[in-house]
Amino acid sequence: MTINEKQDELIEDFELFDDQLDKTQYIIDLGKKLAPIPEEYKTDENLIRGCQSKVWLHSEMRGDVVHFEADSEPTAQISKGLVSLLIKILSDEKPEAVANADLYFIDKIGMSSIITSRRAGGLASMIARMKEFAQRATEKVS
Amino acid sequence: MCVLFQYNNVNVGYFNMSLTIDGNYSPLIFHKVLDIQKIRQDFPILNEVINGKPLVYFDNAATTQKPLPVLNALTRYYEHYNANIHRGIHYLAEKATSAFEASRHKIQTFMNAQHVEEIIFTYGTTDGINLVSQSYGRTFLKAGDEIIISTMEHHSNIVPWQMLCEEKGCVLRVIPINDEGELLMDEYEKMLSEKTKFVSVVHVSNALGTINPVAEIIEKAHAVGAKVLIDGAQASSHIDIDVQALDCDFYVFSLHKLYGPTGMGALYGKKEILNAMPPYRGGGEMIKEVTFAKTTYSDLPYKFEAGTPNIADVVAAYTAVEYVETLGKKRIASYEHELLVYGTDALKTIEGLRLVGTAKEKVSVISFVMDGIHPQDVGVILDQQGIAVRTGHHCTQPLMQRLGIPGTSRASFAVYNTKEEIDKLVVGLERVKKMLS
Ligand SMILES: Cc1ncc(COP(=O)(O)O)c(C=O)c1O
Repeated sequence: MTINEKQDELIEDFELFDDQLDKTQYIIDLGKKLAPIPEEYKTDENLIRGCQSKVWLHSEMRGDVVHFEADSEPTAQISKGLVSLLIKILSDEKPEAVANADLYFIDKIGMSSIITSRRAGGLASMIARMKEFAQRATEKVS
Repeated sequence: MCVLFQYNNVNVGYFNMSLTIDGNYSPLIFHKVLDIQKIRQDFPILNEVINGKPLVYFDNAATTQKPLPVLNALTRYYEHYNANIHRGIHYLAEKATSAFEASRHKIQTFMNAQHVEEIIFTYGTTDGINLVSQSYGRTFLKAGDEIIISTMEHHSNIVPWQMLCEEKGCVLRVIPINDEGELLMDEYEKMLSEKTKFVSVVHVSNALGTINPVAEIIEKAHAVGAKVLIDGAQASSHIDIDVQALDCDFYVFSLHKLYGPTGMGALYGKKEILNAMPPYRGGGEMIKEVTFAKTTYSDLPYKFEAGTPNIADVVAAYTAVEYVETLGKKRIASYEHELLVYGTDALKTIEGLRLVGTAKEKVSVISFVMDGIHPQDVGVILDQQGIAVRTGHHCTQPLMQRLGIPGTSRASFAVYNTKEEIDKLVVGLERVKKMLS
C-alpha cells in the first residue's frame, strides 16, 4: 500500500466515530498496542525535543526503505497512539515517498491541533525528524 | 434599592445600594452584587461552541477574554479617529493623541502612580522587563553585582536577567520556595547584602497562583540599596495595585490579561530612576532634535516610546481599565475567591488528582497533576469537551524542575466564570480518567 492508501484507510476507520472523544479513545487504544522499542533506542540522540511529552524515534535504512520505531513516555497515551499512527503510515516506505508525504490524515481525524502545533509541544518535530532522515537518505542514494 | 449599571449601553450588573446604606463594605459579600450572567453577556466569545459543546474558558491566566466595550473602543477608534499621534495638527491626529494620552492617565490612577510620565507604554510584561534590564541594567549594573529573582518566575523574568548577567558578569541568585509554592523569606533575607543591586520578582505566580509578599520584599531590598521590579502580569486583574504604597521602583503588566487588547502593556518606573536611564530603542517619537552630529532625546515618557506606538490598543486599554473599575476589583476578587474555594474543594474530590501550589495566599488559579496521566492528555480530552485549560510548564521550567514534575494542568478563573462551569470541569476530568484507565 502507498502512503496515501494507508492514510485513506485510516480516515475510513475514523469515520466510524462521529464523536471526537470516541476518535481519541480509539487513538489511545491503538497506542496501547504499540510495541515497545528496545531500551537502547531511548538515547538522547533519539529523543525528540519540542514535544510536550517525551518521544524517542529510531530511524534506519532497511534495504531501500526507511524503517522507523518510536515510543513515548508511558503516561502520554494520546501521543503514543499518534506515534503509532505515524509509524504505521510512514515506516517501511521509500525515502522519497516519506520525504514528500502530505499527511492529510492528521486534519481528517481531527488531530491537527495536537500534532502540528509546535508551540503547544505537538508531534510536529517528530514528523520533521522522520522527513529529514528520509531526505538525507534520498541525497545519499542519488 | 437596585441600581442597574449601564456601561457603553451594556449592562455590567446590579449594584445593591442597600449594602452601602447598611454601611456594610465587607468585600466578602460585595461580589453578591455582581450579576455574573449579565457580565457574561458582555463577552460574546463565551457563546462559542467548541466540538459541539459550549465553551468553558479556564485559560484566563494566559489571556482573558475581551468585553464588548473594549471591542467597541477598538472599532470606534479605527472607524472615527485613526491617525498617527503627537505629530499631525489635523482634527483626527488631535483626537487620537488625546485618547492615547487619556489612557496614560487612566493607567496612572489604576496603579496610583504619582506622575503621569512615570507610565511607559510597552508591548507587554516581557517588553517592560527587557526595557528595564537593557536600559537600567546595562547602565547601572556591573560585574559581581547580584540580581535576585525567585524560583517561581516566568521565563520572561528569568531570561532577560540571564542575558544581562552574561553580558555584564552579574550574578543571578534565586529565592527558593517550599513545597506549597511559597517563597522562603528567611532565605531571601540571607541572600541580601551590599552586593545585591536588583531584585525582580513576580507578584502573583502564573503557574501556582501564589500571591507573594511583595511589600516586604521591596522594603528589605531597599534596606540594602537594591532596586526592585515587580512582575504584575498575573496580579493586575485580581489585586489592587498601588505603586506608591508598595514603593517599588518598577512595576510591569500586560493589558491582555486584564480584559484588554493584546500587544499592549505598561511599565511604571519612578521618575528619577527613569530620568537617569538612557533610551532603549532609537527612532521617531523619542527624539528632541536629530542632526548627524548628535541627537537629543525627548523627555519622559516619550524617550522610551520610539516609533509609532500601538495606538489602537492603547486607546482601548482605557476602556478595559474602566470596565474593571466599574465592576470593582474588590468585588471581582471576592467572587473569584469564591470560585477558587469551590473549585479547590471540587477537584479534591477527584481520586488521583493532586493540587500543585497550595499557598495560603492565592488568586483563582488551580494547577494540578493526575496520577499516571500526562497533562497534555488532560488538556486534549478536556478541549474535546469544550473546556479550555492550559497544560505544560507554563513558561516556568525551573519551577517545574524544583517541583519535580514535567508540567501541570491549570484552570484559571476570571470574573465571568461560574460554579456550573467548574462542575463541568469535574465531569470532564472524570471522563479523562475513564478514557485513560
Ligand atoms: C507572571 C508572568 N510574567 C510574565 C508574563 C509574560 O507576559 P507577556 O507575554 O504578556 O509579555 C506572563 C504571561 O504569561 C506571566 O504570567
